[in-house]
Amino acid sequence: MNTDELARLLATGADGIDPRAPVRRWALAVGAGVIAAAVLMVTWLGVRSSLVQDLGTPMFWVKFAFVAWLAVGGWVAALRLARPGARLARVPGALAAPVLVMWLLAAIALVGADADRRGELLLGQTWSACPLNIAVLSLPIFAAALWAMKGFAPTRLRWAGAAAGLFAGAAGAVVYAFHCPELAAPFLGVWYVFGMLIPTALGALIGPRVLRW
Amino acid sequence: MSASEDRLKGFLVRALAGDAAAYHRFLVELGAHLRSFLRRRLARLPDEVEDLVQETLLAVHNQRHTFDAAQPLTAWVHAIARYKLVDFLRRRGRGDLLTEPLDDELDVLSTADADAAEARRDLSKLLDTLPERQRMPIVCVKVQGLSVAEAARLTGMSESAVKVAVHRGLKALAAKIRGAP
Repeated sequence: MNTDELARLLATGADGIDPRAPVRRWALAVGAGVIAAAVLMVTWLGVRSSLVQDLGTPMFWVKFAFVAWLAVGGWVAALRLARPGARLARVPGALAAPVLVMWLLAAIALVGADADRRGELLLGQTWSACPLNIAVLSLPIFAAALWAMKGFAPTRLRWAGAAAGLFAGAAGAVVYAFHCPELAAPFLGVWYVFGMLIPTALGALIGPRVLRW
Repeated sequence: MSASEDRLKGFLVRALAGDAAAYHRFLVELGAHLRSFLRRRLARLPDEVEDLVQETLLAVHNQRHTFDAAQPLTAWVHAIARYKLVDFLRRRGRGDLLTEPLDDELDVLSTADADAAEARRDLSKLLDTLPERQRMPIVCVKVQGLSVAEAARLTGMSESAVKVAVHRGLKALAAKIRGAP
C-alpha cells in the first residue's frame, strides 16, 4: 500500500473527536477507584471513632493537606505522562515540596522532643501496619488509573506507570487518613511516604509491560 | 516554531473538529515530514523507512484524541514517531542500527520528503486478516468511502456498531504490525 493511499484511507469518513472524552475517562476512573477504596476502608478497617475530635486538631489538616497535595500532583503528572510529548515542567518540584516540608516538620518535632519520646514519634502505634494498609487501599485506584492511562498513549512507560502508582498511593493515603490515628510529623514523613512509594515502585515496574500500545 | 508547525496544527485542529478534507491534507504532509525524520534516523535501513512512516501515521490516527491543542504539535508527533522507532528497533532486536543525527533537537516538521512510496509491508493485505466484523465496516467506510449509515445498511450492523468496528479494526491493525514483524 502506498503511503498516500493510507492517508486517504485514514481520512475517509474520519469523525471529529469529542474533546471532553478524555476528561470523562479520567473522572470515571478516579471516581470509581476512590469510592472502591473508601468502601474497602470502611468495611475492612473502619472509620476512626475519634475522627470528629481530630477535625479540631491542626495537625490533622496538615496531614490531610500533605496527602491531598501529593494526590493532586500525582494526578497531574499522570495526566501529562499519558499524552505523547507533554512536558512535566514544574510537577516534580511540586511533588517534592510537601515531602520536604513534612521532613522539616519531622526534624523540628524530633529535635524539640525528649530523647525517650523520639521513638514514639517515629513509630507511633501502627508503624508496622500503615505502609501496607495504604498500599492495599491504593490498589483499586491504581487499577483504575492504569485503565484510564491505557486509553491514552504514554510514551515514557516507566514514568507513566510510576505516576499512576504515586497518584493511587497518595489517594489511598487520603482514604486511609479517615482510619489512621497517627498525627506525628516524623511518623507521616516515614511511614506514609513509604506506603505511597509501594504502588509508585510497582507502577514503575509494571508500566512498560501494562501500558504498551 | 516553524511555519509548518502552525500550518499542520491548524489542519489537525480542524480535523479533530470533524473536517475530513483538512485531515487528509494533514496526514499527507505529516507523512512527508515523518519520512524525512525517520530517514535521518534509519540511515542504515532505508528499506524500512516507508513501513515505519505508515506505522507512525496509523498510530497518529489511532491516538489523535491524545493531542492537546495547547501543546506544540511537533513535540506530540516527535514523541509518537520516536516511540514507534524504538518499538521497531526492539522488534528487530538490534538497537545499534539507530542513527542519531546531530540535528536531533531540530523540529520534526522543519523538513519534508514528499515522495510517498510503497511500503514493503502491505497494509491492505494485513487488513484482509482482520475478522470479518471489523474488516467489512473498514472496507465500506474507509476504502469505498460510504457513509456510516450506508455501511450500516449494507452490513446489517447498527451505525454505532460500524463506528466502533472501524475504530477497533484500525487499533487491531496497529497491534498486528507490532505482533508480526
